[in-house]
Amino acid sequence: MSGANPDTMRITLKVWRQKDTDAAGSFKTYYLHDVSPDMSFLEMLDVLNDRLIQTGDEPVAFDHDCREGICGMCSLVINGQAHGGDAGTTVCQLHMRRFADGQTIHVEPWRANAFPVVRDLVVDRSAFDRIMAAGGFISVHTGSAPDANAIPIPQETAEQAMDAAACIGCGACVAACPNSAAMLFVSAKVSHLGRLPQGKAEKDRRVVAMVQAMDAEGFGNCTNHFECEAACPKEISVENIATMNREFLVASFRSRDLG
Amino acid sequence: MVTAASPRLESKSPTGPIADRWDKHRFELKLVNPANKRRFHVVVVGTGLAGASAAASLAELGYDVTSLCIQDSPRRAHSIAAQGGINAAKNYPNDGDSIYRLFYDTVKGGDFRARESNVYRLAQISNNIIDQCAAQGVPFAREYGGVLANRSFGGAQVSRTFYARGQTGQQLLLGAYSALMRQVGAGKVKMYPRREMLDLVVIDGVARGIVARNLVTGAYERYAGDAVVLCTGGYSNVFFLSTNAKSCNVTAGWRCTKRGAFFANPCFTQIHPTCIPVSGEYQAKLTLMSESLRNDGRVWVPRSAGDKRPAIDVPEGERDYYLERRYPSFGNLVPRDVASRAAKERCDAGFGVGRTGQAVFLDFRDAIARDGEDVIRKKYGNLFQMYEKITDENPYRQPMRIYPAPHYTMGGVWVDYNLESTVPGLFVLGEANFSDHGANRLGASALMQGLADGYFVIPYTIGGHLAGRKLEPVDTGHPAFGDVETEVRERTDRLLAVDGRRTAENLHRELGRIMWDYCGMGRNADGLRGAVEKIRALRAEFWENVRIPGGTNEFNQTLEYAGRVADFMEFAELMVEDALAREESCGGHFREEHQTEEGEARRNDEEFTHAAAWEFQGLDEKATIHLEPLDFEHVKLTQRSYK
Repeated sequence: MSGANPDTMRITLKVWRQKDTDAAGSFKTYYLHDVSPDMSFLEMLDVLNDRLIQTGDEPVAFDHDCREGICGMCSLVINGQAHGGDAGTTVCQLHMRRFADGQTIHVEPWRANAFPVVRDLVVDRSAFDRIMAAGGFISVHTGSAPDANAIPIPQETAEQAMDAAACIGCGACVAACPNSAAMLFVSAKVSHLGRLPQGKAEKDRRVVAMVQAMDAEGFGNCTNHFECEAACPKEISVENIATMNREFLVASFRSRDLG
Repeated sequence: MVTAASPRLESKSPTGPIADRWDKHRFELKLVNPANKRRFHVVVVGTGLAGASAAASLAELGYDVTSLCIQDSPRRAHSIAAQGGINAAKNYPNDGDSIYRLFYDTVKGGDFRARESNVYRLAQISNNIIDQCAAQGVPFAREYGGVLANRSFGGAQVSRTFYARGQTGQQLLLGAYSALMRQVGAGKVKMYPRREMLDLVVIDGVARGIVARNLVTGAYERYAGDAVVLCTGGYSNVFFLSTNAKSCNVTAGWRCTKRGAFFANPCFTQIHPTCIPVSGEYQAKLTLMSESLRNDGRVWVPRSAGDKRPAIDVPEGERDYYLERRYPSFGNLVPRDVASRAAKERCDAGFGVGRTGQAVFLDFRDAIARDGEDVIRKKYGNLFQMYEKITDENPYRQPMRIYPAPHYTMGGVWVDYNLESTVPGLFVLGEANFSDHGANRLGASALMQGLADGYFVIPYTIGGHLAGRKLEPVDTGHPAFGDVETEVRERTDRLLAVDGRRTAENLHRELGRIMWDYCGMGRNADGLRGAVEKIRALRAEFWENVRIPGGTNEFNQTLEYAGRVADFMEFAELMVEDALAREESCGGHFREEHQTEEGEARRNDEEFTHAAAWEFQGLDEKATIHLEPLDFEHVKLTQRSYK
């Protein structure tokens, strides 16, 4: 589709500006007349910021780091969609050739009670770290591991675990969910670790602890909209949520044994 | 001239049979009484593979650990972007690998500029790392029978690379991160994200803490400890355009250098051969295409200069598979430094392809014809997809265009065998130190080193410092913390006060261009001397003309970034000085005056079989060089040949 694009594009941006967590925010409009279709979306924002600094305005704050779709830092809602409209893509991998010349683009932060806005498009996702600290691990001290080939794991199991482990913890699932649920994020970790023989020993404890932590952070509940899967840049499957619900139920029945 | 050892650089490298050295050394290190460990406080800066594994392992031992990272979560450190894999000497494929062979390959691959004892220890530990990671639930690729799969990587003659699709770094980092978060949950690690270390606090000659800036509130924060462990990554962003994440910087290491830590071999930078070429002036970073692609892709340019036909229209006879031509035995799998220089040579001679002429083809036509598109998709699907997203070209139909880009830095803070710098109590791990890769790092060895340092070296060696030195109790009320904080505050205020006309990014781009042109893939004395002048002039302009909006007591990304650029402006000069002083070509350091008739790197072992560690003497002063001679008792110094 790049063939249809001109050498440069005119873009109107409506960007969410918010001074800090407690301040009220609003959209501000910016016009860019010389956007290259080969720019990434974030490079386009770099150009905007360069201009804002030159003219004495405050640049737009946004999170980004690796700019190759793996660190999970970038987190923009573009025209109402987390990470924009392309399937399996983070904002940093989205290129301007995917937009039309003359288009108006709305840019917003993740919106969820559990992700307070820090400034402009930057949010605080530390709730995810706290959920991980509650149980997102296999308890194995450094040095106490057996030989790596001591436990054979069927290739299919390893591949399924890898599918779930591909989560980059960006929070798009939460941003896309009408209930701001974190079920896809939590279930991806529960199912990655629970599927592997190494992770089975503390399976019950893990799922209960992570779900409790998730609830304590104020994330909503899953009501099967599956917007999370559609928004996920790593295309993590909602089947993980079913797996987690099953594991949680079983663990709850056995909870008296958890001590 | 024979290298004279500096009395300031005591490597503490053990002697005796190489296979027994680490064992012997561990026995000789003092142990901290288990009941006393909780009384020792360790500050770990950075949460990449080295930092997360160190913080987790030290906390497991019982130390009281503080961990800081610059990102919003410790899970996002740039180790996460490593694609290809991690080496280990398991020899599961039964193809002739051994600890000794991994050691040998790494010393040779580093072009004989690393310490033998360190590299041998790295090879020994490599096997424990795979065990540890598998136990943590890292979903490594497996064979149908359930055992771990291996592949050959980066030109190794054996299959010793473990991998998790094209996301090995991500999976290893998430493993280390989960171990770290377990300790956070247990209350043994206090975790501080969105913090940037801005200076080191040295009291009575020992590193006793740091001053950091809270990136959300802008507040300066003091962290005291009995040891400081720096795991802050590499400095490839000195080139502005590199494969590094945007927040990667040299600030922590450089500020420590200004406090007395020596910085070793800064000119040893790795230019990775397979990156997506620059497409425009707005470009913010370069994207790496995994080296594993060279297992199936063939690198070529047209035989006639300036041939601008689409690749598919160039007949077989008019293609120059220059790596296969020049290096028949290794072909497309020559090490990174060799592959990068060969690409530059073709492009400089006018044979480059694409709009800019700064690219070569990486072609999968033959592999697809041989194995079928499905097989290639299964192996490299995610990489092909990434390429297509960025370039809008389909690599199944037409070859990729690639060009070398700054990727990894072998240089770093000088450390001894204990990973301790010249400032007692300051330990430096992972890419931030200089230790194991010599002048060139082999593929799948960075992940190995980061995790070796964090999981299996520092937990032992830190005991030698904590139990072996008398450490007076220190808290953040000590006047030294106040002094350092004042200096840091004044520097930031000075930055904000400039109020000039150019953005920090614009100035950084210019610095990057200077470094790439004069201290990049090819270097010569004239260019380097000129670069020193250019850097000084640009640094002066930076402090007169940078423009930073906003204030210090707030979330201010422009201010954070400008501080890092200011440090790159100082550090760049040391890199150039080091490149000037090293009158030889070795590994990633190619001095055009020192090459063979075939254009290969020519080492000067007589005069340069050493690590060059630089002592900072003040800005605009020449740093003092200290030499650590390197002994090669086991691996015979030879000219590397991949023909």
